[in-house]
Amino acid sequence: MTGMRALDKKLVRDLMRMWAQVLAIALVLAAGVTTMVLSVGAYQSLEETRSAYYERYRFADVFAHLTRAPQRLEAQIAAIAGVAAVETRVSQAAVLDVMGFSPPVTGHVLSLPDHRRARLNRIFLRAGRLPDAGSPRDAIVNEAFARAHGLEIGSTFGAILNGRKRELAVTGVALSPEFIYAIGPGDLVPDDKRFAVIWMSQEALEEIFDLDGAFNAVSVQLLRGISPEGVIEKLDTLLKRYGGAGAYSREDQTSHAFLDAELEQLKAMSRVLPPIFLFVSAFLINMTLTRLISLEREQIGLFKALGYGRYEIAWHYIKLVLGISAVGIVIGFAFGTYFGQGLTRLYQEFFHFPFLVFRRDPDIYLIAAGLSAGAAVLGAIRAVRSVIGLSPAVAMQPPAPPRYRQSWTEKLGLFRHVSQLTMISLRHIFRWPVRAAMTTLGVALAGALLVVSLFSFDSVEHMIDVSFFLSQRQDATLSLADERHIRVLQAAEGMPGVMRVEPFRSVLVRMRNGQYEKKLPIQGKPQKPELFRLIDKDLRPISLPEDGLVVDKRVAELLRLKPGDVVELEILGGWRGAERAVDMPFTRGAIISDEAALLARGPRGRVETVVTDIVESYFGLSAYMSLPALNRLVDEGYIVSGVHVSYDKRQEQALFEEIKSTPAVASIALKGVSLNKFRDTIEKNIATMITIYVGLAVVVAFGVIYNSARIQLSEQGRELASLRVLGFTRGEVSRVLLVELGILVMAAQPVAWVLGYGFAWLMIQGFSSDLYRIPLVVNASTYAWASLVVLSSAIVSALVVRRRIDRLDLIAVLKTRE
Amino acid sequence: MPSSRVAEPGILDRKRVVFSGRNLTKIYRNGELEVRALNGADLDLYVGEMLVLLGPSGSGKSTLLNILGGLDRPTSGTVFFKDRDLTRLDENALTAYRREHVGFVFQFYNLIPSLTARENVGLVTEIASNPMKPEEALALVGLGERLNHFPSQLSGGEQQRVAIARAIAKRPEVLLCDEPTGALDSKTGVLVLEALVAVNQELGTSTAVITHNQAIKDIAHRVAYFTDGKITHVEENSRRLDPADISW
Repeated sequence: MTGMRALDKKLVRDLMRMWAQVLAIALVLAAGVTTMVLSVGAYQSLEETRSAYYERYRFADVFAHLTRAPQRLEAQIAAIAGVAAVETRVSQAAVLDVMGFSPPVTGHVLSLPDHRRARLNRIFLRAGRLPDAGSPRDAIVNEAFARAHGLEIGSTFGAILNGRKRELAVTGVALSPEFIYAIGPGDLVPDDKRFAVIWMSQEALEEIFDLDGAFNAVSVQLLRGISPEGVIEKLDTLLKRYGGAGAYSREDQTSHAFLDAELEQLKAMSRVLPPIFLFVSAFLINMTLTRLISLEREQIGLFKALGYGRYEIAWHYIKLVLGISAVGIVIGFAFGTYFGQGLTRLYQEFFHFPFLVFRRDPDIYLIAAGLSAGAAVLGAIRAVRSVIGLSPAVAMQPPAPPRYRQSWTEKLGLFRHVSQLTMISLRHIFRWPVRAAMTTLGVALAGALLVVSLFSFDSVEHMIDVSFFLSQRQDATLSLADERHIRVLQAAEGMPGVMRVEPFRSVLVRMRNGQYEKKLPIQGKPQKPELFRLIDKDLRPISLPEDGLVVDKRVAELLRLKPGDVVELEILGGWRGAERAVDMPFTRGAIISDEAALLARGPRGRVETVVTDIVESYFGLSAYMSLPALNRLVDEGYIVSGVHVSYDKRQEQALFEEIKSTPAVASIALKGVSLNKFRDTIEKNIATMITIYVGLAVVVAFGVIYNSARIQLSEQGRELASLRVLGFTRGEVSRVLLVELGILVMAAQPVAWVLGYGFAWLMIQGFSSDLYRIPLVVNASTYAWASLVVLSSAIVSALVVRRRIDRLDLIAVLKTRE
Repeated sequence: MPSSRVAEPGILDRKRVVFSGRNLTKIYRNGELEVRALNGADLDLYVGEMLVLLGPSGSGKSTLLNILGGLDRPTSGTVFFKDRDLTRLDENALTAYRREHVGFVFQFYNLIPSLTARENVGLVTEIASNPMKPEEALALVGLGERLNHFPSQLSGGEQQRVAIARAIAKRPEVLLCDEPTGALDSKTGVLVLEALVAVNQELGTSTAVITHNQAIKDIAHRVAYFTDGKITHVEENSRRLDPADISW
């Protein structure tokens, strides 16, 4: 035991002596641990927060909208098998007019029971009080909206309710599990200034909307373990004669669907990025330690000569490795937890959670630590094994001079004109091709991490280009309160500043191809749309066929459709924006079922039509027909549900004023505003994530290059010192080492690009949802940036190592044999 | 080798000195401990001379050689290379001094394993101002046939002769050898010594050889005896032996 204590002292001193290298390895390892703890931690915390929020505030499982049903129906709904609780209410859309804010605001007005607590979808009252029973003026607004406009208790704003403009007063500020992701009509991301949720007294709303003793929306909570399908079917049957528009479950509820997509994305990142980082750091540690321990060859021989057993020696080196790992794991835990909480807070703010549950699953820490330490130990065992088998006498001898030979490239005369110094570098690479390849791969992986961290900007910009510039060329989209005859176009053309109008109609259908089916809206458009164009996969605008259907890529994939296939359509209803115009079909068709009021239209027909083309679309689920064809299908003459318009920006104020006082318009989506908000939000979200990942990738790049150079320096120190003795300057001697490093780093770049593209593809796979798809686009500039960062890290490492070369002790190196 | 090739000491031009060291001391501090590697050593090396520095290991020979070669500086004392005070040269000047004027041969050869014999010599001829051809230098040490061999393909004696060729290819004024035969057996050691003598005679390179091997002293013009960091006395060989006639 006393002997082992001496060995342990050696261990501690070795660690201290090699502190710079220990730290470099530990930091790379920490990068892997950090990503894992960070992303999994953030994902789990948000998931946990969401479920706690849903449970405490009794978020419903099934939702349905209808035209009007008597209160007594509630008991019948409650009697459906599997239903735990029912809440009926009034739910309507409204255009709001906030003082000092020109664009119209879309409000979603909901009733609160007057003399009891809500059974479902309870609100979290942040400030103020509930509305007085029957008061047509008291209103609670969602916190994000209040904050965006600086509204306080007692502030007032205007609202067009059932065609009549009223003044509402804020009595309270609240949050709700239904509006975690509070998104307005036609928006891609929440715009708190232009979308509001308003809760008012049930009695008051019943009176305002002529729904005395009746309701037009219902929420249902299911018993534990009951799946929603059966209940939805019974509910649909029950609500049919009351204008039921098809019940839907949480997964089609706007807020939930978006939140889910975000969480899925976070999960995808947590599943793809940390393994890559962990793999890279494990690989690097393995590579570094193998070479580090090979340098200890003579010491190992000495230990054996002194009578240490091979396991004692192996354990000694494993402890060295564990020591390094421990440093990395501790750093990784600290940063992972810190960044993870930061990221979770960012999401909390974005998603409007009233509270946050930090979940720190010990499993993640154990897995991250285990993987890292395991990889390190594996590397150590491999290295120790190659040395430990030698007899002490042989081990204590320096290894025989490495055998070099002229490579085939030299025989061809390729390097005839290079200097002897450069030749040393080149031969070194050819002598250890595997090692050179490993170093190259290590550097390439660091570059690939940068590509995968940075490419999202390219993809998002591509989405924006295609969606907002190539496809959508309108300035605004007006949704009508009710479907109207196409004559309404003339009225729209007459509005101030309007230069061009283009009608659309939205009809909800169930689309079926054999066993595959999906509920989505079909949009009717002019055959050759000019404002809202359809774009094919080669990004060329296309025209609609006279008859037949065009679907987007996602729908084609989901329903296994290709051009020429025949699909069955079941018409579910038309679009009525008055109740809630939240779901503008041009971007987010998939969730049109969410509270979009859909008119029941007598016997629902089933028709077949042919798919003529597939179009590119990154948002929602979309299907298109020419307007006449769609109208023929629904059999209702010339009906439209909204118009896209382009207008003269100088007359924007006048146009907005006109819209705010036009009851026929349920909502207006402004493309420019949506786009800016989208950019802001995405950039803020991605930027945080990317800053962290780029930082980690830089650590990895630096770690790989610095360690390679340092080990090379210990391996070649004697050679380099000999060169100094021969009269070569420091610069010339450094060149030997740095040229080799430079060659490997340059060779790594194309490999990095290919690997980066591959990793990006892998990550994209987790990002696809019905709400949006992120195209895989990697610009040349991203590759260039990745390489630039790697090269800079290489140069910094080179400078650090160069300083060591300058300080080589010539005499000490020459006196001893290694 | 015919013994007539061995010059008599009398022909040395004793007026011309290459190195002149006076009262040289070198103290290494190793923590608390002070090691006096040199303790007031005086030495002259004459032009064209072959000098053997003989002494037990640890007597300070290598330290002296390192100081002469510009690898190390004395703690006190002066050392002149011709009219230049080496103690006053900075790092860059010392590098240039080694590059232009000094050839080194070490016990462990210190060849670059990734370069062939010819390329190892080429390493030096590329940066020297008036070098001989690598082939020429290698022929001088009897290795004209093994130009394209890597160090791993050469025996110890051959490697050492490559090292000598590398040291003299730039036509240095002085050749400093630290135990050049220390790692070799007698037979191969003799071949190395023959190469050193050949260089000394044919190029007139002033040569200092460090050794603890008594047998080698007979090939020198003069022998300096080293003990405890000092040169105790210097002997002139009245008759030099041909390396072929010695063994150990």
